[in-house]
Amino acid sequence: MRDSLKQLTLTRFREFVREPEALFWSLAFPIILSIGLGIAFRNRPAEVVQVAIVGDSAGAAPALDALRKAGGFAAERLDSTRARLALRTGKVAVVVNIPATGRVEFEYDDTRPDSRIARVLANDAIQRGAGRADPIPATERYVRDRGSRYIDFVVPGLLGMGLMGNGVWGIGFAVVDARRKRLLKRFMATPMSRAEYLASFLISRFVLLVIEVLMLVGFAALAFGVPVRGSWLQLGAICALGALAFCAVGLLIAARPKTIEGANGLMNLAMLPMWILSGVFFSSENFPSAIQPVIQALPLTAVNDALRANMLRGAGLDVVGPELAIILAWAAVCFVLALRLFRWR
Amino acid sequence: MTDTALAIRALHKSYGDVHAVTNLDLSVTSGECFGLLGPNGAGKTTTIEICEGLLEPDSGDVEVLGMRWQTNERTLREHLGIQLQETQLSEKLTVTETVRLFRSFFQAGREVADVIALVQLDEKSTARVGTLSGGQKQRLAIACAIVGDPKLLFLDEPTTGLDPQSRRQLWELIDQFRTEGRTVLLTTHYMDEAERLCDRVAIVDHGKVIALDTPRALIASIGAEHVVGFTLEVEAALDDQALRALDGVSAVRRDNHAFELESTELRRTVPALLAFLERQRLPLAELHTHSATLEDVFVSLTGRHLRDA
Repeated sequence: MRDSLKQLTLTRFREFVREPEALFWSLAFPIILSIGLGIAFRNRPAEVVQVAIVGDSAGAAPALDALRKAGGFAAERLDSTRARLALRTGKVAVVVNIPATGRVEFEYDDTRPDSRIARVLANDAIQRGAGRADPIPATERYVRDRGSRYIDFVVPGLLGMGLMGNGVWGIGFAVVDARRKRLLKRFMATPMSRAEYLASFLISRFVLLVIEVLMLVGFAALAFGVPVRGSWLQLGAICALGALAFCAVGLLIAARPKTIEGANGLMNLAMLPMWILSGVFFSSENFPSAIQPVIQALPLTAVNDALRANMLRGAGLDVVGPELAIILAWAAVCFVLALRLFRWR
Repeated sequence: MTDTALAIRALHKSYGDVHAVTNLDLSVTSGECFGLLGPNGAGKTTTIEICEGLLEPDSGDVEVLGMRWQTNERTLREHLGIQLQETQLSEKLTVTETVRLFRSFFQAGREVADVIALVQLDEKSTARVGTLSGGQKQRLAIACAIVGDPKLLFLDEPTTGLDPQSRRQLWELIDQFRTEGRTVLLTTHYMDEAERLCDRVAIVDHGKVIALDTPRALIASIGAEHVVGFTLEVEAALDDQALRALDGVSAVRRDNHAFELESTELRRTVPALLAFLERQRLPLAELHTHSATLEDVFVSLTGRHLRDA
């Protein structure tokens, strides 16, 4: 490696490592976010259904029995006033009235989904307890798979978001700051190679990328058991390609602005739509089909889809061909435009 | 082309309607320190940046070290040392890292440690640039400019904003560079700096060279070696003609209530002035004299002072 390229690359690392805030936002922040989301959206065990039973008739005791036997209920006998209060304050999901043997009345708010489920389940248990036989025997098989939880969905999204943020901010701010400080112009006054100057950004970006990916994916795997079903090598390739595309976007954004404020506005303009539309925190399928072609063409959507295909479905690179093509196209178009528009002073 | 380091002919540069440089000719000889002296906005920076190949002139011919920017940019860059106004070097890097970075851009150059020692930053070599004082930062900028072992050094207002001690340190540094037989082109709006450092000075105003010679010859050209300045206790309409007629006076200038007489012979002018004021019964508020400087040259050429032009 030529000494100038080495020194430029070392400069990139020094500037990055000696800026504690940059370190935090690019390396620690995605992990903190994944911890928060992992806790907030952790899968709880199947919930116990809270039921109140009202009525002195002889039918009340067998109903209580039936609920206990069925399991999954926390049922208690209350008088009608307290039962109503418990329902209103959400302590129970449904009140079961047994006015006489052989009759049952459910009291609940039909707009509350948990109440409607509780009504169906309680009714089911009571009817079976009273001797109902199902014409078709049914058995259950629970699927609580790693890979289908929210945390599994969100970690590849956070990874993609990190690739975008670090590419765009990492290059954009550094270049615009150098232009603002007349440092770019000063470099132009030396025999420095412009290609090497730009290459130093890419090299440092790729090295940091490895750290970034290993930290987030490693943490998610250890703490939450988020799977990487595809090949690690291919995951690395997707990340590298994504990083390249976002570096190109960052370079394009940084091609002209002379102030950090100006660059910041452009960066937000570029990234905000992708944070929302590209399926970081929730699936991009939620948006109307009319704008789906646009969403699918965004680089972050392609990166996120490819990362999820690899990590969650174990898909190979051949499966994510279209996504990779989109990412490559963004990289190529943005680099060409950036180099054409770039102001060195 | 051995002995002309820099030749500029008929240089023009405008920004919109503003003519920054108009029909400017200059020639800098190898081994000399050449100064562009003028007030802010005179076109000094535009001129030097065109010479540095950082700005395109609208028209005119620029030849640096016998080469032209259009055809020999790469070679030229290897042989020029440049310090720009207002460059902020990366604050996160240390002094050594910064100089080493600049050294790496040049195929040949000086030892990093030697250059740092030369600009007297050895004690600060591991300090971050962000912790340096203004004078130290400026010496670092010079270190970055000379680490490529340039034949020609461009300095754009190297001491602007520095304290007197830092300025003297920088002057010594520039002197030292010169004694090695290299060429320096510097811009400044400090007349004392130009007088102290430069073999020849071009006084620039409104994008034109209005005078060019050695500092001594420029001062001699105004036909006066001394300046007598005075103010009166009361406002009085003094007759310029009468003052001009005083012994030894070659020119009279006034700035509101302050008068300045250019004098060829102080020992005759001062008694004559005192006697003249005595006769007019005008008491003096202040009287001072100084040897003529480049500042006086500028004032006599433009009627304005360098600092408020």
